[in-house]
Amino acid sequence: MRGKSPFRLARRGFLASLLPAMAQAQGFAGLGHSNASYAEPDPEARFRFPEDHGPHPAFRIEWWYVTANLTGPDGAPYGVQWTLFRSALDPNPAAFAASQAWLAHAALTTPTAHFASERRGRGGTGQAGVTADPFAAWLDDWSLAGPSFDDLRMRAASDVFAYDLRLRTGARPVPQGIEGYSVKSFEGTASHYYSQPFYEVEGALTLPDGPVSVTGKAWLDREWSSSPLSKDQEGWDWFSLHLGDGAKLMGFQLRDRTRDAFTAATWIGPDGTTTPLPPGAFTAEPLEIHRSNGREIPVRWRVTLPQKGVDVTVTALNPNCWMPLSFPYWEGPVTVAGTHDGVGYLEMTGYE
Amino acid sequence: MTKDLLTVEHIEKTFAGAEGPVQILNGVSFSLGHGETLALTGESGSGKSTLLHIIGGLETADAGSARIDGADIVSVDDAGRAALRRGTISVVFQQFNLIPSLDVAANISFQARLAGRSDPGWNATLSERLGLSDHLRKYPEQLSGGQQQRVAIGRTLAARPKLVLADEPTGNLDPETGDEVLTLMLELVTETGAGLLCVTHSERVARRLDRRLTLSRGQVA
Amino acid sequence: MIRAGLSALLSHWRRHPIQLLTLIIGLATATALWSGVQAINAEARASYAAASATLGDNARPYLTSGGPIPHATYIALRRAGHQVTPLTEGTLDTEAGPLRILGLDPFTQAPGETFLDGLEPGDTSFLAPPGQLLVAPQTVRALEGSALPPRMAVEGVAPDQAVADIAIAQGLLNRPGEIDRLIITGPASLTAPPISDIAPGLRLTDPSDEVDTARLTDSFHLNLTAFGLLSFAVGLFIVRGAIGLAFEQRRPVFRTLRALGLSRSVLIGLLSVELLILALLAGAIGVALGWLIAALLLPDVAATLRGLYGAEVGGSLTLKPVWWVSGLGIAVLGTGIAALASLWQTARMPLLAPARPRAWALASERAMLGQALAALACGAVALVAWALGGSLLAGFVMLGGMLLGAALALPLILHRVLGLLSHTSRGPRSEWFWGDARQQLPGLTLALMALLLALSANIGVGTMVSSFRLTFIGWLDQRLAAELYIRAETDTQAREIEAMISDRVDAILPIRSAPTTLGGQPGEVYGVADHATYRDHWPLIARSPGVWDTVAAGAAVLINEQLARRADLWPGDQVKIGDWDAPIGGVYSDYGNPQPQAMIGLNRFAQMFPEAPDLRFGVRMPPEGIAALRREILDRFVLPADQISDQRAIKDLSLGIFERTFTVTAALNVLTLGVAGLAILTSLLTISTMRQPQIAPVWALGMTRRQLAALDLARAALLALLTFGLALPVGLALSWVLLAVINVEAFGWRLPLHLFPRDWLALGALAVVAALIAALLPALRLSRIPPSELLKVFANER
Repeated sequence: MRGKSPFRLARRGFLASLLPAMAQAQGFAGLGHSNASYAEPDPEARFRFPEDHGPHPAFRIEWWYVTANLTGPDGAPYGVQWTLFRSALDPNPAAFAASQAWLAHAALTTPTAHFASERRGRGGTGQAGVTADPFAAWLDDWSLAGPSFDDLRMRAASDVFAYDLRLRTGARPVPQGIEGYSVKSFEGTASHYYSQPFYEVEGALTLPDGPVSVTGKAWLDREWSSSPLSKDQEGWDWFSLHLGDGAKLMGFQLRDRTRDAFTAATWIGPDGTTTPLPPGAFTAEPLEIHRSNGREIPVRWRVTLPQKGVDVTVTALNPNCWMPLSFPYWEGPVTVAGTHDGVGYLEMTGYE
Repeated sequence: MTKDLLTVEHIEKTFAGAEGPVQILNGVSFSLGHGETLALTGESGSGKSTLLHIIGGLETADAGSARIDGADIVSVDDAGRAALRRGTISVVFQQFNLIPSLDVAANISFQARLAGRSDPGWNATLSERLGLSDHLRKYPEQLSGGQQQRVAIGRTLAARPKLVLADEPTGNLDPETGDEVLTLMLELVTETGAGLLCVTHSERVARRLDRRLTLSRGQVA
Repeated sequence: MIRAGLSALLSHWRRHPIQLLTLIIGLATATALWSGVQAINAEARASYAAASATLGDNARPYLTSGGPIPHATYIALRRAGHQVTPLTEGTLDTEAGPLRILGLDPFTQAPGETFLDGLEPGDTSFLAPPGQLLVAPQTVRALEGSALPPRMAVEGVAPDQAVADIAIAQGLLNRPGEIDRLIITGPASLTAPPISDIAPGLRLTDPSDEVDTARLTDSFHLNLTAFGLLSFAVGLFIVRGAIGLAFEQRRPVFRTLRALGLSRSVLIGLLSVELLILALLAGAIGVALGWLIAALLLPDVAATLRGLYGAEVGGSLTLKPVWWVSGLGIAVLGTGIAALASLWQTARMPLLAPARPRAWALASERAMLGQALAALACGAVALVAWALGGSLLAGFVMLGGMLLGAALALPLILHRVLGLLSHTSRGPRSEWFWGDARQQLPGLTLALMALLLALSANIGVGTMVSSFRLTFIGWLDQRLAAELYIRAETDTQAREIEAMISDRVDAILPIRSAPTTLGGQPGEVYGVADHATYRDHWPLIARSPGVWDTVAAGAAVLINEQLARRADLWPGDQVKIGDWDAPIGGVYSDYGNPQPQAMIGLNRFAQMFPEAPDLRFGVRMPPEGIAALRREILDRFVLPADQISDQRAIKDLSLGIFERTFTVTAALNVLTLGVAGLAILTSLLTISTMRQPQIAPVWALGMTRRQLAALDLARAALLALLTFGLALPVGLALSWVLLAVINVEAFGWRLPLHLFPRDWLALGALAVVAALIAALLPALRLSRIPPSELLKVFANER
C-alpha cells in the first residue's frame, strides 16, 4: 500500500477506531484490552442519579441508546433509533481538546423503508456532549434533552427524514445484570448497564411522503465500560422486548469464534422489579435468513426463557434494516408472538 | 587447352545432408570448345544440376576450377561471380526464369542492359524469331509455359553470352512444344557462336547436341 | 471430428510461427495502446475528483465572512443542522521557506473523504498535541530537524503545504478559535433554518460557478482518447493482414475438411473459436502491456493534472477488474472486425472450386480501384458531415471518414506514383526496382495504411497541441497583463487593500462582474476600467473602429468568442444584456471558460448592476515589488492565498501543463509510430518468403544478394517517404478538423492553425528510420540467403 495515495484507501481506518467497542465487535482485537490507564467496571459500585446519566470520561466507551416502537393514526407500525456514542481517545479527559470523540446514529423504519444517518463530532467544542442535570445529550442538531430524565425531547434529522418525539415516564431506571454490573463474557469482562424501558412516546415523524403523528413505547439503554468484549467474540444479537402484559425482556447473546455463545438476560416485571438470569438461561435461535448484498441476516428468531415460560418468535418488521455507516450493523423494530406477544428492537452486529 | 571456351578441372562439392556430408561432385573434369554444344546427362542425384550451377556462378565449389574464357569462376568472390553471370554466362532454367514485375520486352533486354550491351535491333530480331513480337507488352504471368521459355531464351541470347547454360529448358513443356523451343534455342545459339551446356535427362534432347557427357555418382562416367 | 478439425486448423500456426507472432503482437499492441490510454484517462479523472474533493475542498461551496469566522458561528451552524467543516489556514516561516498550514477537522469532513481514513487505527498522534503535519515526502526532507510538530510523509500534499488538525493548526498560527472558511460538505437537515438566519454575515461561494479550468482537461482527455482509438486502428491493420494471410493459405485445408464432411457452420465455428482463443491470449498480453504503458506515462499525466488543480494527485495505478474485462473485450471485438471479411469469404467458398492458389498479396489493380471508390465514398461522407455540421458527432464522423478514405486511397495513389516514377528509370536495375516496388505494394498495403494513419495522427494531434499551446500562451500574455490579481472577501476589505497599496502601485484596475442573461443565455457580464492595459493587450479577434472609446463611453460591448460563435454575433450586431440592446464593438478570445461573457465600461456596469460586489482588481506594478506586496497583504488581511495571485505564477503553471501534455503526446506518438513500424516489419517478413520468385531471376542474371538487399532497404524507405508525403496533407486536414470543428463544437472556441515544418521534417525522417529499421531484418536475411534456396525457385522441388 506504500506509495499509494492514502486518500483512496478503504473507509475503515482511523475513524472506525474512534469506536473501540464497535471496532472490537468487528474483530479489531487487541485495541486496548484492559488498558490500565482506563477505569474498569467495579461490581461494588452502585448507580447515583442524576450524576450517572452524564458521561464517565474515565471509561473508554459509553452510549445513550434509545429505540422506540411507534404507531401512526392508521395503525401503521414505525421504528425509531437515536444513539449517541462517546469514545475516549486518551484516558486523561483533560489531555487535549479532542480527547473525546462523539458519534451519533439515527434511523427511521417503516414496514417498507429504512433510513439511516450518521454524524461525527469532537468533544470540547460544544458540537457534541452530555450533561446530567438538567439532562441533555447532543451532537449537531440531534438531541435528547429535557428538564429531567423522566421527560425528554428526542430529535434527529437528515436531508430525507426527521423526527421530534416526547418521551415520558414515572418509573425509575432499571439496573441490568447484578445491580448494574453486566457480565459480557465467560472471562468476566463487564460493563455498567442500566435501562429505562418504560417511556411512553408521542410526537411526529417526517417522512418523504409527509408528516405522521405517532404514539408508542421507547426503551433507553445506558452503558459504559472500557473493554466489555473478550477477544474471540465476533458479534452480538441483542433483544429488547416490550411484552403484552407490561413485562420487559432484555436478552443478548455474544457469539464466539471458539465456543458456544455467551447469553444473558434480565426479566423486568411490569412494576419494574428485575430478575437477572444466569448465563445460558436465555436462548436465541435463527429461524429465517434474509440474504441481501451478500450478507446473511437472521430476521426471524425463536427466543426462549424457560424460567419465565417464554417461548416466542421474534420477527423483523422490515428485513432491510441495514445501517450502512462508519461501522455497519443491523438494527430495527420487531414483533413478538407465541407464549407472549409484543413489540421490540433487535440489534445484530458482526454480520458484515 | 587455352583455345577451349570452358575448362572444368577436378570440381568437388559436398553438401551437408541429414545423415552427414554428402559428396555430390567428386573431381569432375571436362572441356567445351567455342560454338560447341554439350549435353550433360545422368541419373537424378548424379550432380549434373549442381555442376551447372557451379559453372554458372550460382553455387560455389569446394575444390577445382572452372575457367570460362580464361576466368576461373570458382576462385572469384560473390561480386566477381555476379559480374560473370552478367557478362559472360547466361542461364535458361526449367521454369520461373522471368522477372514477374517486368514485361516481355523488358525481360528480354534485361540481362543485356545489365551487361551494358543491349542492341535494340538484335532484340527485335530475336523477338521476331521467337514469335514474341505480339506479346512484348505482356507480363510473364499472362504467357503460356512455352512462350515463357521462349522469352527466357530470348533474354539469354540478347545478352550475347559466350556460354549458354540450360537446365532442363524443356522439362516442363509437352514434347511438341519442347522440340519447337529446343530447335529455336539451338539455331540461335549456333548463330551467335556461343557454347552451350545443357543439363537434360531427355534422350531426344541429348541426341540433338554435338556431344554428350554423362555423370554418375559425381564423376564423369 | 471437431477435435480433429480444430487440430488441423491450429497446426497451421505451428508451421508458421512468424504469422502467429505477427497476429499476437499486432493485437497485443493494439489492445495495449487502447487500454493504456483508457487507464490513464480513468485514473486521472478519479485522481482529480478525489484530490479536489479532499485537499482544499476546492470543488465544494464554502462560506466566508471577510475576516475570521468565530468558532461559535461554526457550532451554531452545526447545531442548526448544516453540514459545514471548518478550515483555518496561514503561512509559517520555516527553515525550508514559507509553509502553508491547512487546518482541517477530520470529524466533520465529508464521510469517506477525510484523509484520516488512511491513518492507522487507534493512532491519535494527529489529534493529540503536539499533533502532526501531513506533508509531501520532499517537504519531510526539507524540514528535517525543524521544531515544528512531527511530520508524516503523505503522497498527495502539495510541496509547500502542510495539513494538520484544525486545533493544532490554530495553535501553530496563534489564531485560537479562528476559522477562515466553512466548507459545505453535504445537504442540511430537513429541519435546518437558512444559513442567513443563523449567521447573516457569511457569504456563499460556489467554485463550480467560477471559470472552470477543468474544461481544459476535457480537451486533454479528448486528445488522449482519439489517440488511443487511432492506435488501436493501426494495430488492427496488422491483425487484418495476419488473419487474411492465414485464411488464404489454409484454403486447401478448409476444402479438405469440408470434403471430409465438416459442415460449413462447424468450420466457421471452429475458426471463430480459434480466433477467440488467439484474441483472449493476445488481449491478456495487451492489457498487461497497456498497464505498463499507463504506469510509465501516468506520472506525467498526474503532473499535468497537478498543474491544473494546484494539488498533487496519486501518481500510481490501481489495476481494476473492469479494466481487464474491457481490454479483453476490445481485443475480441477488434479481432472480430479484422476477421469478418475472411470468415465471410470462407463461408461462401464453394466446396469444389479449382484449387488454384491465387496469392492473396497479388491483388489486382481492380481491387485497388475498388478501394479507391470506397475511399471516395468515405470522403463524400466526411464532406456531408462537414456540410451538415453543427455537432460533435458530425465532427468525429468527418474525422473518421477522412482518415479511412485516405487509408483506402493510399494503395492506388502509391501505385500510380510509382508508375510515374518508373518513367524516370534509366538502367535495368532502376527499371526493375520500380517494377518490383509496384509488385510488392499489395503485400505492404495494410502496413502502409497503418503507417499513414500513425503519421497523420502524429501530424494532426501534434499540430493541434502545438497550435493550442502557442495560442494559449499568447492569449495568457495578453489577458493577464496586470502583474497581480486580488480578490477580497468583502467590500470593506477590498477598499482597505486598495487604500494600503494605492500609492505603491502604478494602477488599480477594478474587475466587477455580475451574472445576467446574454442574448437569452445565462452568462456573466464584466465591468472594466478604461486603461491602456486593456487597449494594448486585450485579445480581440474581431473589432469595430474606435472600439475601446465606445466601450469606455458605455455605448458598446465586447463579447467572448464562445458567445459570438454560438449565437453568430459579430461587430455591428446587437446583443441583449438584461434590458439593453447593446451594440457589439468587438469579440475577444476566452479559453477555458464555457460560459457566454460580455465586457462593458465600468460606469455603465455600475449603473446596470449597482448590487454587484466590488471585490476583485488587477494591479499594475513593477515586477520587483510583487512578492513583497503579496506577502504583506496576506499578513495583514485574512485572505486565502489563492485569492491573491501573481500573474507570472499563473503563466508558469499553464506553461507547465502544456509541457506535460507534450511529454505524454510525444510518448504516444513514438508508440504509435512504433506499432506502424512493427506492421511494416511483419508484412515484410511475411512477404519475404513469397518474394523469392521475384528475386531469384534477377540474382541469377547477375546481381548480388547484397545489392538486392540494399534495394529492398531503399524501397522500404521510399515507400515510407511517399506515405509520409500523403500523410502530411491528411494530418494537416486532421488538425484543422480538430481545431476548427471539434474544438468549436466541444468547447466553443476556434484555434488558429499554426504550421510547424521543422516538426514535419523530423517526423518524415523518423518515418524513414522506422521503415529502415523494420526492413533491416528481412534485408539481412536476404543478403545471407543460401543460393540453394534461390535455386529452388527454378527447379521442380518447389
